[in-house]
Amino acid sequence: MEQLTNNKIKTEEYFINMGPQHPAAHGVLRLLLTIDGEIIKNVDPDLGYIHRSIEKMCERDSYQQIVHLTDRMDYLSSHINNGAVCLAVEKALELEVTDRVKVIRTIFDELTRLASHLLWWGVMGMDLGALTTYFYAFRDREMINDIFEETCGARLTMNYYVPGGLMFDLHPNFVNRVKKFLVDIKEHLPEYDRLLTGNVIFQKRTKGIGLLSKEDAISYGVTGPVARGSGVHCDVRKTHPYHAYDRVDFEEALFTEGDTFARYKVRIKEMWESISIVEQLIDNIPEGDIKVPTKAVIKLPKGEFYQRVETARGELGVYINSTGTKNPYRLKFRSPGFSNLSVLNHISKGGKIADLVAIMASFDFVIPDIDR
Amino acid sequence: MENQEIQKIVESWSDKLEFSEEGSEFLNVTVPAEELHEICLKLKDTPELKFDYLFCLTGIDWGEELGVIYHLESTEYRHNIVVKVKTADRENPKIDSVNDIWRTAEFHEMEVFDFFGIRFNNHPNLKRLFLTPDWEGYPLRKDYVDEENMVIK
Repeated sequence: MEQLTNNKIKTEEYFINMGPQHPAAHGVLRLLLTIDGEIIKNVDPDLGYIHRSIEKMCERDSYQQIVHLTDRMDYLSSHINNGAVCLAVEKALELEVTDRVKVIRTIFDELTRLASHLLWWGVMGMDLGALTTYFYAFRDREMINDIFEETCGARLTMNYYVPGGLMFDLHPNFVNRVKKFLVDIKEHLPEYDRLLTGNVIFQKRTKGIGLLSKEDAISYGVTGPVARGSGVHCDVRKTHPYHAYDRVDFEEALFTEGDTFARYKVRIKEMWESISIVEQLIDNIPEGDIKVPTKAVIKLPKGEFYQRVETARGELGVYINSTGTKNPYRLKFRSPGFSNLSVLNHISKGGKIADLVAIMASFDFVIPDIDR
Repeated sequence: MENQEIQKIVESWSDKLEFSEEGSEFLNVTVPAEELHEICLKLKDTPELKFDYLFCLTGIDWGEELGVIYHLESTEYRHNIVVKVKTADRENPKIDSVNDIWRTAEFHEMEVFDFFGIRFNNHPNLKRLFLTPDWEGYPLRKDYVDEENMVIK
């Protein structure tokens, strides 16, 4: 009592484990927090709980097999990940895929981004105590998954892209179902805005929280919606266009505030842009072959090949070092989640534990993407 | 800036650099380990180059030598360069850390240490990031053998 009245309460720093099983981590990520009261002094991530050594496995696999490993990384961007390896192999073989393939891949990539952002939106609300959003978002995500399932036969690990093109042609229902979905989602997104974006509690928990400056974002190699919330022009679809992105009209979502709310706004805007891209292409899918023939055993020429794509989380890079055999000598995945995680300590220091949950929600981590 | 112009600027800093564009879409420069930090700092700070974005840091086992590959880009000019550094010492390989130049390197270097066993001088927190602290060996090296967990062809 004497201590309290004298205003000299002794505090001391201590460690606390957040994870590896924590509902706000959405996977097995362990953060070792150093805290003083409720103030975070240091965040030390401990990784590897689901490390599968995909890069080592790639060294013994053929290039067709490697494609299958990529959607085990960021499973919410599986089409986009598949595309990264396919593009790298096509670049090395100097293979030009048909227009039909390019357009279909663009549509699938954008539907994937939409599905991923929808899941993020639902989960972000849930992390901050608004459970309703989760069910709303999953309703729409289901529609996308059903569309994918009809064409690829899978709902999560797609494996639809192959080096040289696509595994199957589109299902006859595809175009109509996508159009119907676009009508629905355009009705739903404004509803979602009314539900969460303007909510006072949500805004108080996100505005001004987890500030990330533009310089830090670049220095820490942060990409994707997180960097664009800090005003970094880094959308690979714009800076290094691939697929059919050079022929569609869309705007890069950029906000300069750099806080959790800005990252939220980036993703909401990206959903609208994705809808617009799909709308521009869905009626103009060119006729043509769905696959350029490749040899059964693909051997890349000697050399180094790098391909970058924009997944729902940021820049995914595939570095292939080939010695001219049927396996890569070294293959590296530069995953967006891993680089984005490196800034977490920097921006959550000095905040409260509850803020860390909001920040992590706005980073949209997928742990297998970090661990690989 | 074109690759030739970049090469011209970088060439003037040291005579121990090797340039190559063969089999790669980027300009590659191989740097001796002792000059790595200095060259990297210049690459970032020279106003005409401004390589401020380290987008990929790869460890690699070349058989005899271990090495690290740095993919750099300038967010302002959008030109690229690839810096390579090698060390022949497989027992106790050491390379200078660049985490003070590009902060993201802190994490990526921990990954390289974990899988290749390359120690980075002046790294603030070099530890096993993915594997347990008592793990023996460095799994992404070509001579790593684990008969239980690896499928060897």
